[in-house]
Amino acid sequence: MTQQSVLFDAPGPRTVVRHRLYTVLALAVVAALLAVVAYRFYQRDQFAGEKWEVFVTPDYVRFIIVDGLWETLKMAAASIVGAVVLGLVLGIGKLSDHALLRVPCWAAVEFFRAVPVIMLMIFCFYAIFNDMGIARGAFWSVVMALTLYNGAVLAEVFRAGILAVPHGQSEAAYAVGMRKSQVVWIVLLPQAVKIMIPAIISQMVVTLKDTSLGYVIAAPGLTAVARPIYQEFHNHVPTFIVIALIYILINLLLTLLATWIQRRFVGERKQLEVSAVGTADQTTV
Amino acid sequence: MDVVTDNYQVVAIAFATTVLLFVFAGIASLVLGTVLVTFRVGPVAVMRRAAATYVTVVRNTPLLLVLLFLSIAAPKIGINFQFLKIVIETSWGDIRMTNAFGVAVVGLTLYTSSFVCEAIRSGVNAVPLGQAEAARAIGLPFGGVMTSVVLPQAFRAALPPLASTFIALLKNTTVAISVLVLEAAYQMKQLFDVYPDQRDKWTVLVMFAVVFVVLVGLVSFASNRLERRWRVAAR
Repeated sequence: MTQQSVLFDAPGPRTVVRHRLYTVLALAVVAALLAVVAYRFYQRDQFAGEKWEVFVTPDYVRFIIVDGLWETLKMAAASIVGAVVLGLVLGIGKLSDHALLRVPCWAAVEFFRAVPVIMLMIFCFYAIFNDMGIARGAFWSVVMALTLYNGAVLAEVFRAGILAVPHGQSEAAYAVGMRKSQVVWIVLLPQAVKIMIPAIISQMVVTLKDTSLGYVIAAPGLTAVARPIYQEFHNHVPTFIVIALIYILINLLLTLLATWIQRRFVGERKQLEVSAVGTADQTTV
Repeated sequence: MDVVTDNYQVVAIAFATTVLLFVFAGIASLVLGTVLVTFRVGPVAVMRRAAATYVTVVRNTPLLLVLLFLSIAAPKIGINFQFLKIVIETSWGDIRMTNAFGVAVVGLTLYTSSFVCEAIRSGVNAVPLGQAEAARAIGLPFGGVMTSVVLPQAFRAALPPLASTFIALLKNTTVAISVLVLEAAYQMKQLFDVYPDQRDKWTVLVMFAVVFVVLVGLVSFASNRLERRWRVAAR
């Protein structure tokens, strides 16, 4: 055993034998599961070349990438930009000294964190972008719903990030005579951004995954391209496997980026954690 | 306000379905997640790796894709839930628990259990080292260390992330609209089709949103109460 866990001792000879047995058993179970799946696939002819051929045919690869992936990335990018802006406004608003500003921001954050994204999407599609044309309306419904939801989540991230800056920083800034807005924009935010970036990137993974919810309002994207493909080639199983793999690959890349940035800029400090449970605390800077 | 008075029965039925999805998937993913976390931190490398792979794959796949796979692709390889034929008849309408409901519960469970696993793992990491060391010192094997010493404390420490996970699950039940389970989001969509008036649409949104805010509030209230009770028990 290379790394030692506190949960179990370094195994003695008998335990080593037992663990080998477990290893063999676990391997057997995993292998059996894979074999069952493979057999099912084989039995129902899912390995047939023509079912997978689409995914190496240039025309369809282009279709998946241009009509699927690119639309998904556009929606995700637009919503993340919108969410960062909205989150900044709401997050700083929640830290305001004025209850008139703080309470509405708090209410907006709690509201948009509690309402499911899919409901916001359906609402935007039917009530806000309903005279825009179906394709464009669906696209902007997805962007707007994701902006509102992720903006509310990021507001908490920004707030927690600003509060995580050592207290002495704002005290010192006040002591040299800065105004409140100067303290936030010049002293606190630049330091907070550093520890917030990994949390923002994790939120990008969530956003990217959530763009798939646009499926229910017929929005474009990676999930939407599945249907024309499996309807044409009757390759339902391969299609979903390939689409899922694309999502996983992109998300893993984003996660790697987040880990790298965490190491590069934040060091060993714990990643900022924001609970989804609403809190009533209304701390100000 | 006619929208509310005319439709509160169907809305209540839809939310009953939402809650049922939440309860079934919640219990199942708690069980599966606990099993996964035991594999994930255990001494057998193969199990550790298998659980880690599962968590990575499922966490990075959109839930909607999981549900679509189960409802569209899985029948092609002989997996379906046609055997489910439970219909609860009430005076306000039927709660149907059939194939689509089964797909939704299984999909939500597969998806949520990976998040439960990670939440409990963070709890396991939060248990003081001395606890596990003491348990080992009195001769408990790994199974004993986990079941009687570490996991009970890990659940306590994992409560806040677990609560977040369950709130996410509650909101994720709306994704079941994609496999046509008549839950809250689907009911809302149907009401939008019936009421073209803009004012009514806002009323409908507010009605559904308020119930969701209340449900989320209930989950977080329960979590806060549990946290407080368990904290006292820890002393």
